[in-house]
Amino acid sequence: MSKLKSKKRNIEENEDEKLPIFDKDSSKDAHLDDNDEDEADLSDSEESVFSGLEESGSDSDEDDEEDEEEEDGSEEENSDVENKKKFSGDVQLSDKDVSKPKADGQNSKGMKKKNTKSALQGGGKESVVSDRDSGLKIPLQVDEYEHDTSDEEDIRNTVGNIPMEWYKDYPHIGYDLDGKKIFKPIRNKDELDEFLDKMENPDYWRTVQDKTTGTDIRLSDEQVDLVHRLQEGKFGDVNFNEYEPAYDFFSNEVMIHPVTNRPQDKRSFIPSLIEKEKVGKLVHAIKMGWIKPRRPKETTPIYYDLWAKEDPNSILGRHKMHVPAPKMRLPGHEESYNPPPEYLLSEEERLAWEQQDPEDRKLSFLPQKFACLRAVPAYSRFIHERFERCLDLYLCPRQRKMRVNVSPEDLIPKLPKPKDLQPFPTTQSLVYRGHTSLVRSISVSPSGQWLVSGSDDCMVRFWEVNTARCLKTVEVGGAVKAVAWNPNPSVCLVAVSYDDTVLLMNPGLGDRLVFNATDQLISSFEDPEEVKDQHVQWTVSEGEGHEQGHRLTLKHPKTVRQVTWHVKGDYLACVMPDNSSNLQVVIHQVSKRRTQNPFRKSKGLVQCVSFHPVRPYFFVATQRYVRVYNLIKQELTKKLLANCKWISSMAIHPGGDNVICGSYDCRLAWFDLDLSTKPYKVLRHHKKALRGVAYHRHYPLFASGSDDGSVIVCHGMVYNDLLQNPLIVPVKVLKGHTITHDLGVLDVTFHPTQPWVFSSGADGTVRLFT
Amino acid sequence: MGGLQKKKYESGSATNYITRNKARKKLSLSLADFRRLCILKGIYPHEPKHKKKVNKGSTAPRTFYLLKDIRFLLHEPIVGKFREYKIFVRKLRKAYGKAEWSGVQRLKENKPGYKLDHIIKERYPTFIDALRDVDDALSMCFLFSTFARTGKCHVQTIQLCRRLTVEWMNYIIYSRSLRKVFLSIKGIYYQAEVLGQTITWIAPYQFAHDHPTDVDYRVMATFTELYTTLFGFVNFRLYQTLNLVYPPKLDGQGEMNLKSESDEDYALDSESYTEKLSALSASLARMVPLVEEEETALDHFPAEGEDLEKMETREKAELELDNQKKLFEGLKFFLNREVPRESLAFLLRCFGGQVSWDKSLCIGSTYDVTDETITHHIVDRPNIDKQYINRYYIQPQWVYDSVNAKIVLPVEEYFLGVTLPPHLSPFVHETEGDYVPPEKLKLMALQRGEKPNTEEEEEEEEEEDDDDEDDDDEEAEEEEAEEEANLAKMEQKRSQGKSLPVKVTPGKVKSENRMRVAEEEKAEEKRLAIMMMKKKEKYLYDKIMFGKKRNIREANKLAAKRKAHDEASKVDKKKKKTKS
Repeated sequence: MSKLKSKKRNIEENEDEKLPIFDKDSSKDAHLDDNDEDEADLSDSEESVFSGLEESGSDSDEDDEEDEEEEDGSEEENSDVENKKKFSGDVQLSDKDVSKPKADGQNSKGMKKKNTKSALQGGGKESVVSDRDSGLKIPLQVDEYEHDTSDEEDIRNTVGNIPMEWYKDYPHIGYDLDGKKIFKPIRNKDELDEFLDKMENPDYWRTVQDKTTGTDIRLSDEQVDLVHRLQEGKFGDVNFNEYEPAYDFFSNEVMIHPVTNRPQDKRSFIPSLIEKEKVGKLVHAIKMGWIKPRRPKETTPIYYDLWAKEDPNSILGRHKMHVPAPKMRLPGHEESYNPPPEYLLSEEERLAWEQQDPEDRKLSFLPQKFACLRAVPAYSRFIHERFERCLDLYLCPRQRKMRVNVSPEDLIPKLPKPKDLQPFPTTQSLVYRGHTSLVRSISVSPSGQWLVSGSDDCMVRFWEVNTARCLKTVEVGGAVKAVAWNPNPSVCLVAVSYDDTVLLMNPGLGDRLVFNATDQLISSFEDPEEVKDQHVQWTVSEGEGHEQGHRLTLKHPKTVRQVTWHVKGDYLACVMPDNSSNLQVVIHQVSKRRTQNPFRKSKGLVQCVSFHPVRPYFFVATQRYVRVYNLIKQELTKKLLANCKWISSMAIHPGGDNVICGSYDCRLAWFDLDLSTKPYKVLRHHKKALRGVAYHRHYPLFASGSDDGSVIVCHGMVYNDLLQNPLIVPVKVLKGHTITHDLGVLDVTFHPTQPWVFSSGADGTVRLFT
Repeated sequence: MGGLQKKKYESGSATNYITRNKARKKLSLSLADFRRLCILKGIYPHEPKHKKKVNKGSTAPRTFYLLKDIRFLLHEPIVGKFREYKIFVRKLRKAYGKAEWSGVQRLKENKPGYKLDHIIKERYPTFIDALRDVDDALSMCFLFSTFARTGKCHVQTIQLCRRLTVEWMNYIIYSRSLRKVFLSIKGIYYQAEVLGQTITWIAPYQFAHDHPTDVDYRVMATFTELYTTLFGFVNFRLYQTLNLVYPPKLDGQGEMNLKSESDEDYALDSESYTEKLSALSASLARMVPLVEEEETALDHFPAEGEDLEKMETREKAELELDNQKKLFEGLKFFLNREVPRESLAFLLRCFGGQVSWDKSLCIGSTYDVTDETITHHIVDRPNIDKQYINRYYIQPQWVYDSVNAKIVLPVEEYFLGVTLPPHLSPFVHETEGDYVPPEKLKLMALQRGEKPNTEEEEEEEEEEDDDDEDDDDEEAEEEEAEEEANLAKMEQKRSQGKSLPVKVTPGKVKSENRMRVAEEEKAEEKRLAIMMMKKKEKYLYDKIMFGKKRNIREANKLAAKRKAHDEASKVDKKKKKTKS
């Protein structure tokens, strides 16, 4: 750049001062030269080629003008100018360049002209140098100007640019243009001569040897000066001002003249096909929407009144199903930075909190107390909590749940007050003690004066109800499973079952007439003529047994679990539970001492049986069903589904239309035979298995005894009106029996006339609640 | 029987629901896009009533969407935008791969974007709907506005969040709609009542966050995108309702006041303006110049009986609210530099107080420490060197507690260096049987205008009540046991009587507490009635009762803890006294 500038400056200077530096005889040549030079220079500069050309163009223009002025300009000066340019351009000082000036002095005419000019300009130094030069170069002057191309500089020696050592051993050092040898100048200087020369010749320091010609050349003052200048890194030209003001070639000022004189190309007038094609492509791309015009970037969103025309009726149908997200829970006292002391966790609580899984924790954070607001740190899980809320909002399935908002009091059914349903047993009034083991079964005499109880300690005890006095104790040969007082008031007979035996006893209590009549009844029996083969052996007891009250002994093939009388007192049913055989239930007729097996087929393990109080029906309870048989028609009339796992006990309402079943899975099922074969009501009052249930004969009461040691008395009103369902109200929970061996109450029974209930328990007592 | 057999799962609830994967396939979206779409459109999974039926007999855990919802998504224009974006990413990747930088540039300039305006309008058809849902938006924006400007999300988002929150706070100040504040260990909860909607939000304390690694910021960013749009529109509308200029401008006077100070501190004028706004110390410019406050007195309607009572309570509440709004009016506060400036300035301005702070602390301070008219100086350090005589030096909790109590509390308990009374949550509403901390009772007494000395008795009474309930059952049992014991004794006597000479002692009249007997009877009646409950109702009843009992237990536990603590502190005090 600087080079170019300097050149330009040069030119300007020249113009100003009218220096005939550009005096050339053939402007064309000069032009060409210039061009070449410039191009060579510019190739390594950064400026574009184009601008360089322009400049050179301007040069040539000026040259043309000058040419007209100075027709007599000579070749040498041209070369001189070139030389100068070279010096200023190439920093390196080569032999060629140095040799150049030698040729300068050739044309004296031109020289003189130049000399005079330069003298005029800048003090006669230059003229001196040129004079000397001319003097030096005379002998070498061959016809070098025949070939006026200044490029081929060293045409005196045609060997070319080779190391001159190659000619070391020859007398010549090359060939001239005519092919004649150029001989080395005669010089036989040895080291000594050299030294002497060095000592004596004052110009030794400015003498250099031209390798191509082998001659010594004494440098002129001007040349020495030039060398010095170049060594110092200055411009070769003394007059060159490197600090001239710079003018931009392309400036904002509009020039009136074109920069070049070159006519415009044809292509600048006709539209370019290539460009047309490119533009077409772009237009197409824009049309197709592939390229979009640049939009101004909007960083801030624009807000406006979005709800200006809000229409609450325009709610989409989708919104009907919308379940709005529940709001975040609001914080309680424990979340405060300074909570009341009771909300802080104690040491154990804190440990427990830490050991819990994060999902199980009731609080998601540890309550903390800080003395002042300044001490409160950042909450480390803040971002987590926000994130979890986000997850809940878009990921958590939502469901509309109906929340029951009732006060618990409304849930409790409105029942008639127990007070209004009196009488019923409320308190424990008597305890009958004497048995040492569980009392399995109790029964009350039809008069209600006596009570019989059978226990596992092989004893049957007879008690007076009102006084709890044990009137009689009878020992039998095994654990008593069941006792049953004959319900016929005119007969005084008690059935006692132990092992495989059923004993009919006459306790000899009460009205003398009655028990004597009973004895007579038994003894007056006459064996029938034809003896049937029976399953059960009937034997009349005598002797000691008779003394104790034994009257009849019925030997069964299997263990008898339950005995039950018909209301009339003639029939006695016994249960021998055995799943495999058909002989599970036998019915005895005492008056005829006859036994019959009513069932031909086993229908499951029989738990208990019962006679219908008024009609000839027979109830058989197996594990899950209660079957009702018609004894006259000898057919199954009904099969009740108890909805429980294992029936333990059963009682028939004195009216005969209702049955209750107690079961081992804590349930009590009330069947209304007119209503359905399924329970009318299932009561789950007890916490443990039910062992006994009983109806009162007159009062609308029933009781259930269970292993949890309680007897629950319920009011069970059965109406004569068929449309009205029975009313069942629990009226009293009676507790008294202590639980022994996980067994509580084993049997319950009502007093025949009074609203009293007896219960026998595993603790060996019988209790009376009145 | 005619007709074809009905196939299973071809009608009814099985066809009303669609699993997430199927929905995704139906919309032909990637999971990430589907998620974004669901967030923006507010589509959430539904829990079907009969999950097995919907799941076609399988019990595998699946999330179900309503088919209608998914169908509704099909026509969403934003789905097209998602696809465009996907294509854009693909093109960009290609351009990068081919090193076509100009292409990259061009693509980036044409990056597809989308607007959420229509979604907001569709999700919230009315303005009130939008207000109802603004809770989460507020909390999220408050969180995002505290993020550092590097890393986790775009700087523009953070700046936008900050701008919106500042606008919101300015609105709240202007409309004086703040109701409750709570300093929790998580952050500061605020509750405001805007146009009849209760809005609660939480702002974190001003600390740098250490960003957790197990949080998906893309989800949060999508939510924030939605929320900022919603929030901006809500703000616009709210400002409009108050005739304020949106975006907010400081009114002429306030601007003048602030301008005189530190204008040269901020390089950008816009930046300094937002800072000034966020200083919350100047009032805002109105669209219509302020006319005299027109007091909209409640219209009086002739009313009878219940209506009259309601009216009276309403009027009373109105009056109370008015008083609360002017809580700090006439008071002049100065914030020391260690107190949370923004929160306190917001709060004090919300209730009509004047507030200022040190000039070097933040832009927008209006007066100096040396101002003689300052009434309260809020300090959060044990003591302060230079104290002025004519002002109270109090801890910041006083402001929060006063706001919650709706009265200017006595300052004695909040002086410097004094152990602060517990800070209670204003969001807790104790129902019957809940534990009420004694501080709250005291506060309630103060609000009623009583002198605080009756609370202890009240407390004790309550405790007794609780105990009684618990004891009922046990007592009944005990009685029975007693009876039995008596009977046993009598029996013993009787059996002894056989051997011993019979002796009759005069009987004593058993004095029976009639009330007690009646109560017992009732209890027994209830127990018997409970026995007769249906299974379903019994279950429900048991559940309710269990919950109730648990509440009582917890309340008792808290009370016991408090009692123990009080006793311990009393002992400590005594010890100190004896020592001294």
